[in-house]
Amino acid sequence: MNKGAQSILALAILGLMTGTASADVIKVGVIGTFSGPYALFGKNFKMGIDAWVAQNGNKVGNHTVEFVYKDEEGPNPAKSKALAQELLVKDKVQYLAGIYFTPNALAVAPLLEESKTPLIVMNAATSAIVEKSPYIVRTSFTMWQNTVPAAKVAFKNGAKKVAIAVSDYGPGIDAEAAFKKTFEGEGGAVVEAVRIPLATTDFSPIMQRIKDSGADTIFTFLPSGPPTLGFVKAYLDNGLKAGGVKLMSTGDVVTEPDLPNIGDPGIGILSTYHYSVSHDSKENAAFLAELKKGGASLDEVTMTSVAAYDGARLIYKMIEATDGKRDPAKAVDAVKDMKWISPRGPVSIDPATRHIRQNVYVRSVAKVDGKLINKEEQTFADQPDWALSTK
Amino acid sequence: MRTIFSIMTDAVAYGMVLFIISIGLSIMMGLMRVVNLAHGAFAMIGGYLASYAIRDLHVHYSVAILMAVIGTIIVSIPFEILLYRRIYRKSDPLIQVLMTIGITFFIIGIVNFIFGPSLKSIPLPQTLSGPLDIGFRMLPTHRIFVIACGVVTALALWLLIEKTEFGIKLRASVDHSGMADALGIRTEIIYAVTFALAIGLGAFGGVVGAEILPIEPFYALRYMVTFLVVVSVGGAGSILGALSASLLLGLADTTGKYLAPEFGDFFFYLSVIVIVFLFPHGLFGRSHA
Repeated sequence: MNKGAQSILALAILGLMTGTASADVIKVGVIGTFSGPYALFGKNFKMGIDAWVAQNGNKVGNHTVEFVYKDEEGPNPAKSKALAQELLVKDKVQYLAGIYFTPNALAVAPLLEESKTPLIVMNAATSAIVEKSPYIVRTSFTMWQNTVPAAKVAFKNGAKKVAIAVSDYGPGIDAEAAFKKTFEGEGGAVVEAVRIPLATTDFSPIMQRIKDSGADTIFTFLPSGPPTLGFVKAYLDNGLKAGGVKLMSTGDVVTEPDLPNIGDPGIGILSTYHYSVSHDSKENAAFLAELKKGGASLDEVTMTSVAAYDGARLIYKMIEATDGKRDPAKAVDAVKDMKWISPRGPVSIDPATRHIRQNVYVRSVAKVDGKLINKEEQTFADQPDWALSTK
Repeated sequence: MRTIFSIMTDAVAYGMVLFIISIGLSIMMGLMRVVNLAHGAFAMIGGYLASYAIRDLHVHYSVAILMAVIGTIIVSIPFEILLYRRIYRKSDPLIQVLMTIGITFFIIGIVNFIFGPSLKSIPLPQTLSGPLDIGFRMLPTHRIFVIACGVVTALALWLLIEKTEFGIKLRASVDHSGMADALGIRTEIIYAVTFALAIGLGAFGGVVGAEILPIEPFYALRYMVTFLVVVSVGGAGSILGALSASLLLGLADTTGKYLAPEFGDFFFYLSVIVIVFLFPHGLFGRSHA
């Protein structure tokens, strides 16, 4: 976009803002993957937001909140940017939320300051996203947040030589860096680091390469979706598990909807993650009951529903703090240092990074009452994003 | 040495999946001169039907393969009668491409609507799942099954086309359809049967290859180029061509993934460029000038 068009857009948005301040309907634009291979995660955005609205009503004070959904489809930054512009200009939204993929979040970030719109990131997990605009708050997780505990656990479990296999894009590279730094810091060795193209479906050659490297443990991250299942199956079927090579991953690789497809051979796979559907707390039980009441199938629940549920909480708080006016600085300030008990456990917004602090759980795949779940075994309490904070 | 054997087995397994799916496309291009871009879409329908049969009707894997192949052929019949029949052998390539890509998008939309956008697995029976020790390495049992399926398919097709009366009529229709017509061969029936055969093979490949090329609504587009490449490298209509192209490309892709995974599909397409440069009509193709 050239300078002229930019200023016209800015003017248009400014003009619209004066219009929205008096209106009593506050719109929130949610960008998520509602079709394509990653549609399950967009659906979970909506399930989470619907659950929050069902519990808290659609009114904050005397302002009515309305959510408008747009489909980001896949990793497609240009499209997401266009969707965000459409939401800002045409739908006159006061808040943006959602976003599954990192590149899409980065494409939307430059619009925020210009249009004075806060963005609640509900998935995209590359650390640097929150640094792109002071109006970004994130309620999901980052790769550093989940990977640092993974490296610590791997070392404590006796791993000496690790092979890292990650998807070749932002979060994958974050995961590789986080694991390498932590694991080598503890005294272990990384003997192999493979970056796998996002479109890969046949992981046999990669398993062979890992096997030849002599690693005793694999650490992996791939974005939840079709590739993760293929990776785990290749690990099992190429005899790596039988040969004693352990698999350590972030929870993205063993999301609950995939577990039935992985099947019993997957029992024992370790992962670190901020949310398990089987998390045992009354908040989670109430949350799942609400999802079910809203018509969702519990076999489809993933981490994005919780991030969206908590994200909706922040939006309500922001609307309350600004009394429905467009004041992004005040809105973001209102949620800094906010603490609450989420379905995933106790969480808070780190005022320095605007990223969520939360427990990270070490889980292993286990069969309970005939159903495969991620059983929480150990808790790393109150974890920050380790790339942005040091404690 | 072990590493070389390991790469070879992975390469052959991947190549065989490409072969089973692409041979149907190759036959249609070679015999009917139709560039059927919707071939992958029919393979995908096969995969979805098999997944549905196993997961919801709880039938055995072998029954599911049969149901998928027959089901896909039944689905394809209206397409053949209403659309494909009009474009055999004569029409403008642009019309073929527009029509078949339209069918592809249509099928993607319908499948997305009925089965939803998420990935559908095809659960394997106990005998085919899990690892198998073949001496120098562990290999997924399913890969052995895929390789066997590929060999059987290649042999059966060769016998069908070279040794049976149907094969003779088929070759006659290909070489000179006007003359074949004049000699009393019902070419439209030959074409219809060949169409069903091609679609059936696609569906079969879609099902047995689902472990390597997972079934989801965008399958039809995602692998379209791969299948077309196999046909153009092998030469349209040639069984031997499709087989050798599949194995060669499987080898290039697998070796590339093993040695330099960060290069992605680079080695796959590099070998395509080299082969097509050396053999413009494909390895075993004939010029249709």
